Amino acid sequence: MRSSAMRDLMAVTARPEVISLAGGLPDTSTFPPQTFAAQMTRIAQESVAEALQYGPTEGFEETVDCILQVMGAEGMLPDPEDVIVTTGGQQAIDLIGKTLIDPGDAVICEAPTYPGAIPVFCSYQADVIQVECDAEGMRIEELEGVLEKLSAEGRRPKFVYSVPSFQNPAGVTMSLERRRRLVELARQRELLVVEDNPYGLLRFGGEALPPLYQLDGGDFVIYVGTFSKILSPGIRLGWAVAPPPVMEKVVLGKQASDLCTSTLTQYFVREYFAAGSWREYVESLVEIYRCRRDAMVDALRRHFPPQATWTEPEGGLFIWATLPDYIDTGDLLAKALRDDVAFVPGQAAYVDGRGRSSMRLNFSAVGEDEIREGIRRIGKVVAEQVELYGALTGERPAAPVQARDAEAAENVVPFRKTGEGGG
Amino acid sequence: MTVAVLKGGRSLERGVSLRSGARVEDALERLGHETLPLEADSELVERLSAARPDVAFVAMHGLGGEDGTAQELLEILGIPFTGPGVAACGRCVDKVLAKHELRSAGIPTPDWFAFNETAFRELGAADALSALEEQLGFPLVVKPSRGGSALGVKFAASWFEVPEALVSAFSYDDRVLLERFVEGRELAVSVLGGEPLPVVEAIPAGGDRYDFEARYEIGRTAFVCPAELGETEAAAVTEAALGAYETLGCSGFSRVDLILGESGPQVLEVNAIPGLTDTSLLPQAAEAAGMTFEQLVERILDLALNPAAA
Repeated sequence: MRSSAMRDLMAVTARPEVISLAGGLPDTSTFPPQTFAAQMTRIAQESVAEALQYGPTEGFEETVDCILQVMGAEGMLPDPEDVIVTTGGQQAIDLIGKTLIDPGDAVICEAPTYPGAIPVFCSYQADVIQVECDAEGMRIEELEGVLEKLSAEGRRPKFVYSVPSFQNPAGVTMSLERRRRLVELARQRELLVVEDNPYGLLRFGGEALPPLYQLDGGDFVIYVGTFSKILSPGIRLGWAVAPPPVMEKVVLGKQASDLCTSTLTQYFVREYFAAGSWREYVESLVEIYRCRRDAMVDALRRHFPPQATWTEPEGGLFIWATLPDYIDTGDLLAKALRDDVAFVPGQAAYVDGRGRSSMRLNFSAVGEDEIREGIRRIGKVVAEQVELYGALTGERPAAPVQARDAEAAENVVPFRKTGEGGG
Repeated sequence: MTVAVLKGGRSLERGVSLRSGARVEDALERLGHETLPLEADSELVERLSAARPDVAFVAMHGLGGEDGTAQELLEILGIPFTGPGVAACGRCVDKVLAKHELRSAGIPTPDWFAFNETAFRELGAADALSALEEQLGFPLVVKPSRGGSALGVKFAASWFEVPEALVSAFSYDDRVLLERFVEGRELAVSVLGGEPLPVVEAIPAGGDRYDFEARYEIGRTAFVCPAELGETEAAAVTEAALGAYETLGCSGFSRVDLILGESGPQVLEVNAIPGLTDTSLLPQAAEAAGMTFEQLVERILDLALNPAAA
């Protein structure tokens, strides 16, 4: 199954009765309306003319101050001159692609990688090469192999794109050792690394790890950040941090794209950070997402067959589940949609057709009860496929799937349809 | 005239239907009709009853719209509608049923076997699969019985690939067919009011099979219309297509998909409500016959309002 088929299936996931674990939406429902109202009122009363005007292409100094606070919270201290405010992190990725990629250039990504990065790199006609991830993130040995191979062909990749923390879609985090090796490798080979870190502050457990940018000091690492996951995706505010020669071109690219980032939402962020409680709000989100992650992992254990595996992320928004290789998750989605539940088929995260037995599951957008019910429904269709394959090949499931499910179903009351049993 | 355009719905071809519907609405407006775009959802009947359009243009594909469901409701409401009626839709949407009808009527269609999930789960049908190699050979095509746009259609090059292909096909329907693969040219004959339009040949770029992606992405498939066919070939193709259209009881318009192999044309399926998007085959065939999209839409409406005019 390929992209347009997937797009058509995704169109069906938008039906209101569908429990969608397919999106990547952060939860914005707990943002206090009175805070929003008070800040927007203050902007209206005190700075209406400026807030409705164009602003500098690089963004306001005050916005950059907020960005420094966010990056400081993860131990980074960039030079404010190296920062540009962008229309979401997505524009930062696009501008970096626009600035650096010439047609045919190699760009290295993780496998799987952020599905939204693939069309950007492809639109600049990059040759996207994907390096396998495991539980510790991108496999640096494999990366070295790819670099050697390219070098033998007389090629150098333009950059390595990585989401090292709580990766979208895999949910994995690059280990400290690999972070160090990646940064060393970049220095040795004078190779640029684009670190996309939207989720770094959304850590539910384990120890915080230094971002690549911090380990490298900003010589070879270009950093992409966003307010989307710690405040709001609707304000469309992100940023890039890059050394001056790259930044000059990024600024020119930004001028051509949209002149400047929304002045109004930059004013909003300025007011919001001035109130001084942005970290508490992030903490409250972490608490919500931690409970939802727990609910999803628990439901996966109950409802997915023993042949399935999944990541257990220490933060972020996504779990990556992998099924036996005879199940195509694109086709499985069609079946799941009949039970009103959706996920993202894994192939969306690859350029080369891999990932067809995996799926991305989002746990930030819906509540715990819906997560449990959604996973129960997906588990049911997966179990049916496993059982059918067993009947077709004589391979029996490793555990009696129906019995497991029947037992588990006793614990899941909400959303159950009448007459629908456990298996 | 007020024309309701029914589109969307819960089918997996919802996206295609929305594009067909939008294109039809544009054409209707240019033709000076009052258009009433209607999303096929739980309020459909209520809105149709309230609006009482003169005619309904059914621009729905897949289950819910192309299987006779929407047509049945329109019959109950007494609103004339475009395309085939309830029974024809029901026959076309079910490939297994359609193939039985075609074979009984002597219309060539590739050999096949059909199975439902129960056969495998409860009756040990897997043991019968070994007989397939002898009877159908490899490669073979595995398809869900109901469903369009090549969703869930897989090719099995060897015995080893059959179970996986079956698991995929069973994701779309509880009945699947295993069909002999016929090597040949991929042709489509659109039939408008009982008259065949010029034959379209689909030549997928890069040697891919003509699958869902190629069907709806501009530039993925090269279409040749009219297809370059010898006189005898063209006559045989048209005859098979018209035979299939009539056998399944189609009216208004439909599209017959065939493979032209060494032993002549073989009908694969009949699409009761073919796509009307920018890349769809019926509009291309109509254009080759000298009709604009507006003229095609107008003719489809005429056929709905005056079936005798066909």
